[in-house]
Formats: sequence, C-alpha cells, structure tokens
Amino acid sequence: MTAPPFRRGRPYPDGDLVMTAAPRPPSRVVVVGASAAGLAAVEGLRRLGYAGSLTLVGDEPHLPYDRPPLSKQLLSGEWDTDRLRMRTPEVLEGLDLDLRLGEPAAALDTAAREVVLAGGERLPYDALVVATGLTPRRIPGAEGVTGAYVLRTVEDALALRDHLGRKPRMVVAGAGFVGAEAAAVAVAAGADVTLVSAAPVPLADVLGDEIGTMLAGVHREHGVRMETGALVTAVTSADGAATGVRLSDGREIAADAVVMGVGAVPAIGWLAGSGLSLGDGVECDATLYAGSGVWAAGDVACWLAPRTGRPTRVEHRTHAAESGLAVARNILAGPGAGQPFDPVPFVWSDQYDLRIQIYGRTRGADEVRVVERGAGPRELVALYRSGDRVCGVVGVNRPRQTRGYRALVAQGADWHEAVGTQDAAPVAG
Amino acid sequence: MRVTVDQDKCVGSGQCVLAAERVFDQRDEDGIVVLLDAEPSADQHDDVRQAALVCPALAIELAE
Ligand SMILES: Cc1cc2nc3c(=O)[nH]c(=O)nc-3n(C[C@H](O)[C@H](O)[C@H](O)COP(=O)(O)OP(=O)(O)OC[C@H]3O[C@@H](n4cnc5c(N)ncnc54)[C@H](O)[C@@H]3O)c2cc1C
Ligand code: SF4
Repeated sequence: MTAPPFRRGRPYPDGDLVMTAAPRPPSRVVVVGASAAGLAAVEGLRRLGYAGSLTLVGDEPHLPYDRPPLSKQLLSGEWDTDRLRMRTPEVLEGLDLDLRLGEPAAALDTAAREVVLAGGERLPYDALVVATGLTPRRIPGAEGVTGAYVLRTVEDALALRDHLGRKPRMVVAGAGFVGAEAAAVAVAAGADVTLVSAAPVPLADVLGDEIGTMLAGVHREHGVRMETGALVTAVTSADGAATGVRLSDGREIAADAVVMGVGAVPAIGWLAGSGLSLGDGVECDATLYAGSGVWAAGDVACWLAPRTGRPTRVEHRTHAAESGLAVARNILAGPGAGQPFDPVPFVWSDQYDLRIQIYGRTRGADEVRVVERGAGPRELVALYRSGDRVCGVVGVNRPRQTRGYRALVAQGADWHEAVGTQDAAPVAG
Repeated sequence: MRVTVDQDKCVGSGQCVLAAERVFDQRDEDGIVVLLDAEPSADQHDDVRQAALVCPALAIELAE
C-alpha cells in the first residue's frame, strides 16, 4: 500500500496504519507554542535539513523568552528582560519561519488537518507540534484581585517585582520550586514572607524528608515564616485588593501580596473536541506522537516514558528542549518510524546560595542515601532508590560531582552496588 | 566554528558536557561551564550544536 498524497480537506490515512510505505516527508509543519519546546522543534527541523514551510504560532506577543529566570534573576532585579531572550531576531530570521506572535490557536481540526487561529484563519499542516506548556492554577477569590500573582510569564514576574519594591507583607501559597524561589527572592528584597505548604515538610515528596527539612531550615534562617500542613483555600480581598489568605484549618493570614505557587495544568483547552486523547496533557506514544499527524513536546506532553512504561509529564526546562528536538527528528522519520524518547530528566532550582540539581525521578522514592559531602555543611549528593534500582540523584551545591552520578540513573543501576561502598550519612541542617 | 560561553548565565547544569565532553567542562567548585576548546574540529560540530540547543541557560553561542 502506498501513501496517498497529502491533500487539503481530505484526511490522510494515519501514518500509523501505513507501515509498509515510507512516509511521505511533510512539507507543511505548524508548531503551536513559541517557547522552549516549540523553538527547539523548529530549530531541530531546520538543523536536520527540513526545507518546507514552517509556522510558529504563539499567543504571547514576545519573541521566545526563557522562564526559569522569572522566579530568580528577573524577579530579584539582577537581570532585565532582554537577558531572557532565547534567540536574537537575526537567528530567528535565519530559520525562515512564518512567525505568528500574539495569535492564540483556538481550535484544532484533525479531520481537515488544520489549526484554527483565534482570528479565524486556518493553518493547514502535514505535521503539527503542540508545545503550549501550562497554565498556572489560581486560588478561589483571586480573580480580578490586585496583589494576587501567578508566576508564569514575563508580565507576571514584572508585576510581582514591582510590588516587591514596596516591601509587602507577602504570602506564598505552595512551596514547590517556583514558590520557594519566589519566597527566597522576596525575603531578600525586604518583604515579610510566609510560605504555606500543604506537606508537613516542604518538597519532601520530591527531595525526601531530610533534604526537605534542611531546605526549610534555610528558609527560616533567612527570615521566611513557614506554615506547614495547611492548604490555602482562598485569597481574601477588600475593594479589589488582596488582604490575605484563608487556610484549610480556618486560620487567616493577612497579606497585601499573595503568590499562587500551587502548580499548573496543561494548556490543552484549545484542543477540546479535536479527537486527540487528552488527559494530564496531550497523550502520546513513546515517540511523542499523538496520532493524526500531531506531536507534542515540553510541559504539555504526556508520553509513555520507555524508562518506566508509564504515562509521564515533565515540567523541566531541559526536557522542553530535548523533547522538542526529539519531535523534530521523529517528524522527519515519520509516524511509526520515530525513535522512542527516553531522556534522563534534569531540573535545577536556585534558592539563596543553594543550587539544587536533580537527575531522574525522585518523587516517591523508597529511600534516600547521602553518598557524598563537600566542605560545607550544605554541600552534598544523595541517591534515590526505587525498588532495587537507583532512580534519581540530588545534588546541593555540588553540580559537577552530581553529574558524575547521572550514569547510575541512566542505567537504573543496582542500588546495593551503587551505594555498597558508601556509608549512610545524615544530612546536616 | 567559534564557541563562546557566558559564565554569568550558566546555571551549572552540565548538559553541555554530556553533549560534547571534549569541548566543555565544569568548574569543580560551582559547576560553571569551562570552555576547553573554542574552535572545535569538524567532527565535534554536531555535538557542540546539540550542546548549544539543550543548554537550559542559553549560555552557549556559536559563530559558524
Ligand atoms: C517561574 C518559573 C521558573 C522555572 N524554573 C525552572 C528551573 O529552575 N529549572 C527548570 O528546569 N525548569 C524551570 N521552569 C520550568 C520551565 O520553564 C518549563 O519547563 C519550560 O518553560 C517548558 O517549556 P514549554 O515550551 O513546554 O512551555 P512554556 O514555556 O509554557 O511555553 C508554552 C507557550 O505556548 C503558549 N501558548 C499556550 N497556549 C497557546 C495557544 N492556544 N496558542 C498559542 N500559544 C499558546 C504560551 O503562552 C507559551 O508562550 C520554571 C518555570 C517557571 C514558570
Ligand atoms: S549546559 Fe549551559 S548551563 Fe549547563 S553547564 Fe553547560 S553552559 Fe552551563
């Protein structure tokens, strides 16, 4: 069976079904989401020799910019916005893109293979990359209230930075990495900061009790108040301005700035009714293929991770770039001929003078073992166990050394062999 | 190909070393990138491009 030519308005039988014929190379690729993952996909395609039409659609009006500094150097004022820019206009020009900025994709018609923009224009594609990232969760009561912030865009970060200049009384709801980083920057800027965490020990689900406890100690040392074991259930306000938060145990904390660091959900609303399988993100096979000529990359992609065999979504900066590149490769190979995407996840977080780095998956690990210490009390490397395998490594202020353990994670090394020569060492507070 | 790195932007992720260990290394004390070879030979170019693409801090610039 040979593949029929692509034709507008007529569905092309899914590539997955046309296993015997070499897939016809795509000549129209559309990428929705003009950030880390989308940019990696378009750069990857050009680098691999794709010469067809390439459209990059983004709802933000900006050229692609980087998010990790939003809760770090941009928030603190150390950097200005031009340092966030991912590529110069000249480099982007060289990619020969049809760049549609400030234009949200509103719908996807998989039968016609067209993306529908909010303005009504329809963009036909042979291959589509969904790289729309996440939308931050908001807390009830925050809608339309000044002084209630999320932290996802450059506008979000600048608005909060502006408020930090007035040294507010601030509550950070949620002690994940973004919330904890915001708390660290805010307290250094002279704000009065309370960090509210649902877990008894912040980040314990990711880092384990010991390192989580150490981190909480560092926050306290810098003057952050910690409220643990409570959820923020509402933002309270008067006359449209935040006055504080209400907690699940009924208590209220007064504040004129509230940061909602309570996670984010995949930005898939525009895909409703497309026929794609949507759950916790765009559901893909191991090659990041979602069917109907659609691929997904970055924070929004939920793919069958070969390493675990489980549907997985990763919200990390390097994952965005790596998955975008993988999608580029697999688009050119064609559906059914792509390579499984099997990365070792990596993420970092900067809080005060601590640089935390994680390779692999540490959430819900069965055991944590410190295997290396540096000169200072807060320099260490710890391995994480899942079953009888190494599943992750966390380093605190030991970047180069931590990388040395990555291979154990990549191989899923035997736990006892990996730690056999190491003695358990308690974590210094 | 000429490689430059911005040590101020670097976040010490080591991704560049994983991609091209003959061109990049990290400082022992803080993991910040060290450029071993500013004009890598042609057989390194693909790896170096990969490093620049995956660097999460956009700290690697290439002039080709
Ligand atoms: C404050 C903050 C700090 C972070 N710090 C770190 C860190 O220290 N280390 C780390 O590893 N990771 C960090 N991350 C995570 C990292 O930034 C993300 O993993 C990365 O940005 C994901 O890239 P992405 O391209 O998949 O999604 P995004 O960066 O979210 O980009 C998606 C883009 O698509 C656009 N979009 C959405 N819907 C539509 C639509 N319908 N039409 C058109 N465009 C649309 C969005 O506006 C956005 O521009 C941080 C994230 C944040 C927010
Ligand atoms: S990949 Fe980038 S951020 Fe990571 S060590 Fe290399 S230069 Fe630094």
